[in-house]
Amino acid sequence: MQAIPIEYYLVLSGIIFSIGTIGVITRRNAIIIFMSIELMLNSVNLTFVGFAANFGDSSGQVFVFFVMSVAAAEAAIGLAIVIALFRIKQTVNVDEINILKW
Amino acid sequence: MWNDLLMGSPVYLSAALAIIIILVDAFSGKNKSLTFYFALISLIAVGILSAYTMNMHGQPVPEGGFSNGMIAYGGISAVFDILFVIAGILTLFASQSYMRAQNVERKEFYSLILFAVCGMSTIAHANNMLILFVGIEIMSITFYIMAGFFRERFTSVEAALKYFLLGAFATGFLIYGMALIYGATGGLLDFEAIGAKMLTGNVDFLYLRIGFALLIVGLSFKVAAFPFHQWAPDVYQGAPTMATGFMSTAGKAAALAALILVTKAMLPSNFDPALISDKIIEMTDFTTDAKWLIAIISALTMLVGNISAVVQKNVKRMLAYSSVAHAGYLLMGIVSNSINGWSGIVFYSMAYMFMQIGAFVVVGIIEKNDGRMDLKDYTGLSKTNPMLAAIMGIFMFSLAGIPPFGGFPGKYMLFIAAIESGFTWLTIVAVISTIISIYFYIGLIVYMYFKDSETPMTEKFGFSKATLTLVISTIFVILLGIFPTYLIDLVKGLF
Repeated sequence: MQAIPIEYYLVLSGIIFSIGTIGVITRRNAIIIFMSIELMLNSVNLTFVGFAANFGDSSGQVFVFFVMSVAAAEAAIGLAIVIALFRIKQTVNVDEINILKW
Repeated sequence: MWNDLLMGSPVYLSAALAIIIILVDAFSGKNKSLTFYFALISLIAVGILSAYTMNMHGQPVPEGGFSNGMIAYGGISAVFDILFVIAGILTLFASQSYMRAQNVERKEFYSLILFAVCGMSTIAHANNMLILFVGIEIMSITFYIMAGFFRERFTSVEAALKYFLLGAFATGFLIYGMALIYGATGGLLDFEAIGAKMLTGNVDFLYLRIGFALLIVGLSFKVAAFPFHQWAPDVYQGAPTMATGFMSTAGKAAALAALILVTKAMLPSNFDPALISDKIIEMTDFTTDAKWLIAIISALTMLVGNISAVVQKNVKRMLAYSSVAHAGYLLMGIVSNSINGWSGIVFYSMAYMFMQIGAFVVVGIIEKNDGRMDLKDYTGLSKTNPMLAAIMGIFMFSLAGIPPFGGFPGKYMLFIAAIESGFTWLTIVAVISTIISIYFYIGLIVYMYFKDSETPMTEKFGFSKATLTLVISTIFVILLGIFPTYLIDLVKGLF
């Protein structure tokens, strides 16, 4: 069976990473920005798994588990912050959250 | 195996105590001082263990054992541990007084300090990209909570949200960089193995260049370097003042420890002359480009930080921009990529920790009533409160790098290290931006000493634990300025 070349994984993860980055920059809803960040993290996971499969080395796959658990911890904190914000200002739009300016 | 456990104990112990303190916190009910003293004793214990393991470096890291070679022992990691522990203790003292003055004392803050110290010492002890990533995340997630700690105040929550979104965004770049370096080196995560592989030049240079650039983007976010510094002023202004002091000193030092680890492994300079080949030449090209990338980031960071600080009217925001500028100075040590540069970073982050936390404690004391912290609120401080004004003056002189205070020898070491490595232009930029910075540091002193206010401050500030922080910081700023050689020699011997 012919293995899938590593470039395919990298191009796909590069595209997903770019979609995530563009989402973070263009979207204004805090939750959707956070979802875009999760997309970026998942594209990195794909890169790790692709390389690990290519080298026949499991440490890249272990790294993916750590990335996933850290992303879960980050999600917990992030949603807590968004809820704290919503209680004060009834919005999750980042354009309306700008009293700190020079 | 027990030796292995002992050598890595600052990391293991701080992690274990951070978990235990949550239980202490949960079962101690309304008793706030129990958590406080538990955090204090834990930090002191971690500090003592770090000091004990400091001289044990140089011993080979045993294969297998407790950490399987993923955690580095003693030496410079222990010095960084001590820095984090001191910053934690100073913040612990000051935050109790500060939170009481703001009428929002919550004991969770004390356990958060312990968690942050755990994350930061994990970074300093990392011998593997995985450990580095986990450490950076433990530290960052704790800082997101600390920034939003006053959860009923909009500025604090806004700071937390901005910090969280941009920090998580930066994490994406950081691990994408790690993934590409993993690919470029053919499946290596261990820093020593990566360093050995770099010396042979047997890597994929396309992945390596993109990966290294992404890693630098992610880490310069954490140190608040240009062009990724935009979050820093907002977050530092909105966060509780003591949390800002802690994040902008210990957090910056931890991010720089990570940068030292990465650049030490990935930018080797001692190539074997017998092995010169196309690969090695490409490798030296890569190191030169990488140093130039960091040098340009460093130069722009200090210029942007200092010039933006000049126009600020809010003292906390001014100190935030000055903190951005200091990230620029500290990056000079990374550019020089030598033992002199790295020990300059350690020395300067130590001195910077004392003066910046001290300055933020003064800001926190003045801020006491209705959150004022504009420059004009400091007018006539020398008359109403001569001691506080004098101490703030010392911190300002030290931040500006004027002898005989701790900031001067640190800046001097970094400037010399940059010249030694052939980046004279960077030193010239640094000197120019230091001169710009004197304008606003001395400006604050002018407000305190040479202007009379229409509404003089009448209230006196009594003795509290924050006073202890101020006294310790002042003593160390002066000691580090007058006797810098003790620390410098100690640090140089440990690399």
